[in-house]
Amino acid sequence: MSLRRLGPVAALARHAVLLASGALMLIPFVWMVSLSLKPPGEIFRAGFSLLPEQWYAVENYSRALTASPLPRYMLNGVLVCGAILSLQIAICAPAAYALAKLRFFGREGLFTLVLIGLLIPHEVLALPLFILAYKLGLLDTYAALIMPFAVSPFGIFLFRQFFKSIPDDIVHAARLDGLSELAIVWRVMLPMAMPAVIAFSIFSIVSHWNDLFWPLIAVRSEQLMPPPLGIMAFKNEEAGSDYGPLMACATLVVAPLVVAFLAAQRWFVEGLGGGVK
Amino acid sequence: MTAGLTFNGINKSFGGAHVLRQVSLDVASGEFLSLLGPSGCGKSTLLRIIAGLERQDAGTVAIGGRRVDDLRPKQRDIAMVFQSYALYPHMSVADNIALPLRMRRLSGMQRLPLVGGLLPGSRTTQAGIAKEVTRTARALGIESLLARKPGQLSGGQRQRVAVGRAMVRNPAIFLMDEPLSNLDAKLRVQMRAEIKELHRRLGVTFIYVTHDQTEAMTMSDRVAVMAEGEILQVDAPQVIYADPANRKVAEFVGSPKINMLPARFGADLTHAAGTTFDVRARELAGTAGTLGIRPEALHLAEAPGTGIFTGRVRLLEHMGSDLFVHLDLPHDGEGGTLIARLLAERAPQIAFGQTLHLGVRTGRILVFAADGRRVQPDPAPAAVLRSYA
Repeated sequence: MSLRRLGPVAALARHAVLLASGALMLIPFVWMVSLSLKPPGEIFRAGFSLLPEQWYAVENYSRALTASPLPRYMLNGVLVCGAILSLQIAICAPAAYALAKLRFFGREGLFTLVLIGLLIPHEVLALPLFILAYKLGLLDTYAALIMPFAVSPFGIFLFRQFFKSIPDDIVHAARLDGLSELAIVWRVMLPMAMPAVIAFSIFSIVSHWNDLFWPLIAVRSEQLMPPPLGIMAFKNEEAGSDYGPLMACATLVVAPLVVAFLAAQRWFVEGLGGGVK
Repeated sequence: MTAGLTFNGINKSFGGAHVLRQVSLDVASGEFLSLLGPSGCGKSTLLRIIAGLERQDAGTVAIGGRRVDDLRPKQRDIAMVFQSYALYPHMSVADNIALPLRMRRLSGMQRLPLVGGLLPGSRTTQAGIAKEVTRTARALGIESLLARKPGQLSGGQRQRVAVGRAMVRNPAIFLMDEPLSNLDAKLRVQMRAEIKELHRRLGVTFIYVTHDQTEAMTMSDRVAVMAEGEILQVDAPQVIYADPANRKVAEFVGSPKINMLPARFGADLTHAAGTTFDVRARELAGTAGTLGIRPEALHLAEAPGTGIFTGRVRLLEHMGSDLFVHLDLPHDGEGGTLIARLLAERAPQIAFGQTLHLGVRTGRILVFAADGRRVQPDPAPAAVLRSYA
């Protein structure tokens, strides 16, 4: 739909809707940051103000960083997310290339399996994976946090769709130029699919950075715990949660993701829009 | 360096559709051969089979006398220019041209980013590659574009980069798949001359796929006309034009199209378009067939008579040096249209709607049997007569 065909009233209405839904998404974040700056007394005061009367940021944030080993958790997050993403790309890209560009018996069947894999929620697999990890002696290791996510059906699907939009002639030219099939994946297909790679990376990092369910099952040692566990430290059913440091902690955990997303936003949108120009 | 090419009994089908049937051809070393045919005739598939990108169901391909059926594309010593150019959009022009050399001359380790440069020998090889890339680019006049990405180039420039990528590794055989069809008309004429010049300079075998008869006729040593998965005729362009093997070839080659007139063959004369011609084809006597007359074989005649077409001018096209006259033939002679190519200086004599008489030199009438086969007419009873005809 072209912008020019809509009148000013329609444009106004559209912006109103966009602003409202944008605010709906944004307000919890703003509130989180706002609370992380306030002393306990102000948090529960009736009335509404974004900025605190008495700045309490230093106290909240230093508590957030010291009450639990949050820096350690965040380092774990970086290690685990990095390893998961590298493995996912290393496995998904060749698989997607085969599904998109090679002709072999059973290709459609395999692709159907990938689609079925997309439908299964990870929680369903938690128990079998736990037993498997136990039998392999991997419980309470980094491997237990990483291996279950090494293959991503979503990644295979996304890359396959993108690779399919790359003309066959490019693959043919690469073969004539002397590239092996794997070299075609790494030197030609993946660089051309950069927007899809970035979009996928953001999905992958966000979901595994924020994942609490599987780490709580798979690891026990504190030095292996992921970032969200830092937030848990301030949640106390009996004494009531300590909201100031809790919000500070949540802000710290989310901040890297927000920064990464803002940096990659352009490619992210392009990657989901799909296609090579 | 250059090598000939032979293919023998190539068959290929996709699903149930036969794309190529029993295609056999010998291409001499250093020859410029065009595969000419309408889209869907199997010419591009044949090219991809030669390149090794597609595997034939039956038959063999040999390059320089060596069978290559089991060789991968990169082992066949061929290069290909694609219709879509197929440049790597994320690499600069220089990297596009250098890639085939890098893949051949550097080891896997040497190709690694950062580390590769430190390995013994890789610097010298890299420098050699860079020199060759520059030389190729200079030969094609794209030296100033080496740092750009393909997305920043015009169609003609991309075309040159694609040719450069093929040229840089000195292949024995050059394959070109409709390389000019994405260019505008003016550029196409220019690139036509450049590719011909390139062939002359490199002296290697070129196999050029096109559906454009002008490209095929102007550039090739020989043209292979294809239709429905078969090669109909392989000959020099002028032979293809003047002496087509069958009706399909005659109709595909030539612009404006050859005039095809339904005819009845008698013992001595041939009847077509309400008149008779001094054309004898005894083996066809008593059957129906077709007479083919090239537009330029027709000339103005003074009066109606035997072997003279009479009709009404329906359309006049001035082409500068030539004048195309479209003539409606009378309905009692089965009707139809005749296109004649006359000299432009005749133009003032001819007006729209006027009745016109056109004669034809008997020797230039092509005779086709009902099944489309070309038949050589029998000579006139007295050879002397022929020189007057």
